[in-house]
Amino acid sequence: MSAPKADDDAELDKLSAGMGSGAVWVTAAMFPEEVLEYVFSFVEADADRNAISLVCRGWYRIERRCRRRIFIGNCYSVSPEMALRRFPEVRAVVIKGKPHFADFNLVPSDWGGGADAWVESLAEACPQLEELRFKRMVVTDDCLELIGRSFRNFKVLSLVSCEGFSTAGLGYVAANCRNLRELDLLENDIEDNGIHWLSHFPESFTSLTSLNISSLDGEINFSVLERLMISCSKLKTLRLNHSVPLDRLANILCKAPHLVDLGTGRFSADFRLGLFEKLDSSFKACRNLKSLSGFYDAVPAYLPSIYSVCNGLISLNLSYATMRSAELIKLITQCKHLQRLWVMDLIEDAGLEAVASSCKLLDELRVFPIDPYAAEPVSLTERGLVAVSAGCPMLRSVLYFCRQMTNAALITVAMNSPNLTCFRLCIIDPHTPDYLTQQPLDIGFGAVVKTCKNLSRLSLSGLLTDRVFETIGAHAHHVKMLSVAFAGDSDAGLHYILSGCRSLKKLEIRDCPFGDKALLANAAKLETMRSLWMSSCSVSLGACRLLAERMPRLNVEVIDERRGGPLESRPNDCPVEKLYIYRTLAGPRSDMPTCVWTV
Amino acid sequence: METEVGKKEDELPQLLDLISNEEDWFKGDVGRGEGNVLGDLEEEKLELSLAPPGGEGREKLEKLSSALSSAGFSKIANSLYKNTVVGAQQVFFDSAKPNAEAAGFQKDNSAPFPLPVTADFGKESSLEANMRMNQSHERRVHSAPEDGVLVKNRSQIRLTSSPVVGWPPVRSFRKNIAINSSKISDVLHNAGTLENRLRSETSNKGFFVKINVDGIPIGRKLNLNAYDNYEMLSSVVEELFCGLLSESFYFTVSCTGMGEDAKRAFTGLLDGSGEYTLVYEDNEGDRMLVGDVPWE
Repeated sequence: MSAPKADDDAELDKLSAGMGSGAVWVTAAMFPEEVLEYVFSFVEADADRNAISLVCRGWYRIERRCRRRIFIGNCYSVSPEMALRRFPEVRAVVIKGKPHFADFNLVPSDWGGGADAWVESLAEACPQLEELRFKRMVVTDDCLELIGRSFRNFKVLSLVSCEGFSTAGLGYVAANCRNLRELDLLENDIEDNGIHWLSHFPESFTSLTSLNISSLDGEINFSVLERLMISCSKLKTLRLNHSVPLDRLANILCKAPHLVDLGTGRFSADFRLGLFEKLDSSFKACRNLKSLSGFYDAVPAYLPSIYSVCNGLISLNLSYATMRSAELIKLITQCKHLQRLWVMDLIEDAGLEAVASSCKLLDELRVFPIDPYAAEPVSLTERGLVAVSAGCPMLRSVLYFCRQMTNAALITVAMNSPNLTCFRLCIIDPHTPDYLTQQPLDIGFGAVVKTCKNLSRLSLSGLLTDRVFETIGAHAHHVKMLSVAFAGDSDAGLHYILSGCRSLKKLEIRDCPFGDKALLANAAKLETMRSLWMSSCSVSLGACRLLAERMPRLNVEVIDERRGGPLESRPNDCPVEKLYIYRTLAGPRSDMPTCVWTV
Repeated sequence: METEVGKKEDELPQLLDLISNEEDWFKGDVGRGEGNVLGDLEEEKLELSLAPPGGEGREKLEKLSSALSSAGFSKIANSLYKNTVVGAQQVFFDSAKPNAEAAGFQKDNSAPFPLPVTADFGKESSLEANMRMNQSHERRVHSAPEDGVLVKNRSQIRLTSSPVVGWPPVRSFRKNIAINSSKISDVLHNAGTLENRLRSETSNKGFFVKINVDGIPIGRKLNLNAYDNYEMLSSVVEELFCGLLSESFYFTVSCTGMGEDAKRAFTGLLDGSGEYTLVYEDNEGDRMLVGDVPWE
């Protein structure tokens, strides 16, 4: 798009010479539609495409006919028919289902989020579909079979945090999608019907570039897997599950030295004779490795075998590796170019200090708790986080579980890492104050929000009063997703968030004393957001009724698993256990289980 | 609270008079303001049991509410918010009382307002509530008075030591790892010697057992089907844990030649002559010595 500017201007001048003011727009309108379509094809960001479609009727029409990918942040926000009527030429669809808190068991298992309606509509309207990505949805084997049957040139299937299907369904996909490039099964709940699904990939199958089967429970057919490694020479990503021991991994690696992203299986083995040497030489041959994950049940004795690839790694996921700090340090300090590191808190402060001094390019750090309720917790505190923020100037994304925090530490982190875009801090005990001063952590989180101007995702924890929400409302201009738990002390907290935070799309709140007033006063704000989740807060059924009546384009869903009896008969002052509000063009959904009511 | 409000109205100029009502607004007064904002919908029903905070403020409250509900915030609204911080803090003292009522404590008649819509969903028995109140009382001694409401929440949650559903926010599959490895910590002691414990779990093909060594927080899994006899098993166990043990020596004793110590520790795993002994739990939960029954 960097054509010589002078020529363009000359052309425009000529064209506009006889047309007077507004000539540029007239000229644009006179372009053949194909030209505009071609120009639009260079615009990829969803927001930009949306902006194009708002320019005029003509552009709306042209843009909708050439949109190839659509993203549906909430499967109930629009009906499949409506979406596909507008974008008939779509090739790639990304759809999300359940609320985020479903990850933490706060959403009933039968809540909904079925993929079938979407798959059926797509099968009917878009046989040309190539790519389908579902997150937190219920995908049945029937869906998978329909996918295998309906799309001639299907290339990518990605299921993240999905459930409802088995290896039988995957078998359909393997057998029928002859051009499949990517099969990504991440953190799903998959029923295991045996090891044979993998053998459904045809003998002549060569197109696979990415295979992630780390969330499968059962055994894997090794001979078929090895055959795939040989035939699919373009394979770049391979993530195995815990059933694959190290001796098998060594064999697989020999056949796929071109891998870029490897998820090891179980990082231990039953047979040891010569294994280390074999493993060592296999890894040495993998010169392109950039990302390593897996490490289930890791035995440290085998870790030196990967030292040869450490220098090239940019991503290392050790969040399943139950190893001690000293072992982790030995490994991580060799990975000088690491940009993403996920570990368990077993790394401890000492380990993070080592990370800070050796991984200067670190962009993302996640530290997960191995046992949140351990009687003798590991020694991981605010010091580790401070060290990383001080030592890693590129740090932009943090997820950190720990047991203690101070305002001073948070202020230091904010000063050290002003470029943070994602800051999720979980202090494990709710309502934990600054352990040095016994003060709320308002000032600390406030400093993060004030200093990190580009923050787009924020999760709060610890003892917090409404003051922190005042700061957030006033300064968090780019925060799109905010998670709040056990915080605040009155409606004012919620009001600060909803009346400030102008980019807010998703808000999830649990166990906060936020109630009707703030919700109702900001009803209009909710229509600009994707969704609001509130559980164990102080919202009444009456407020939900009022909100639903006032804002017809919001679905106000009450989730109550404890009480029987229809919602209609309950009084207005009846408290609402869980509330999920989202904007929609499709009206109330029809697939609600008995514990969900649309008010 | 009412007297405070009254005092304020006397002392403060017109604008702040408004604020004192605003302060009530934040307290959980459900129906009144909103009914007006949202067009008198079900206003009466939504009033719940709440008494309006002084009639003469109503008109102003209406104006305020509509100002608030409009998308763009005026300077007035902003200045109001600055002041509501004060209000919000004052609210703490009151809102603890309605919650006491919610839990069945009517004795506190001085609460100025009847129960607003409450965070207490009636789950607790009055006994629990009693404990809760006591706890929050205890806590309040140590903490700043602003903590009133939060104290309530905390004690509500931490009343029993059982974890809160969905907290900490760790995905369930990750929690399984955590739970598995938390078994690590419940180790057995027996007459001064340390023991290994086998925890069996069958999988599709292999017969996987998790082994924990007392004093080492990390467990290891191995496939029993891969071994032919007890000697093989014990040598594998030694290999699995040798590194771990030498490290704990490193941390606790910090002596040289710790590898030797670790090796020595694992001799005699089967006959009970060494520092560690292999034991397992049978299906009745009894502890058995590994090697007592023939390998099969």
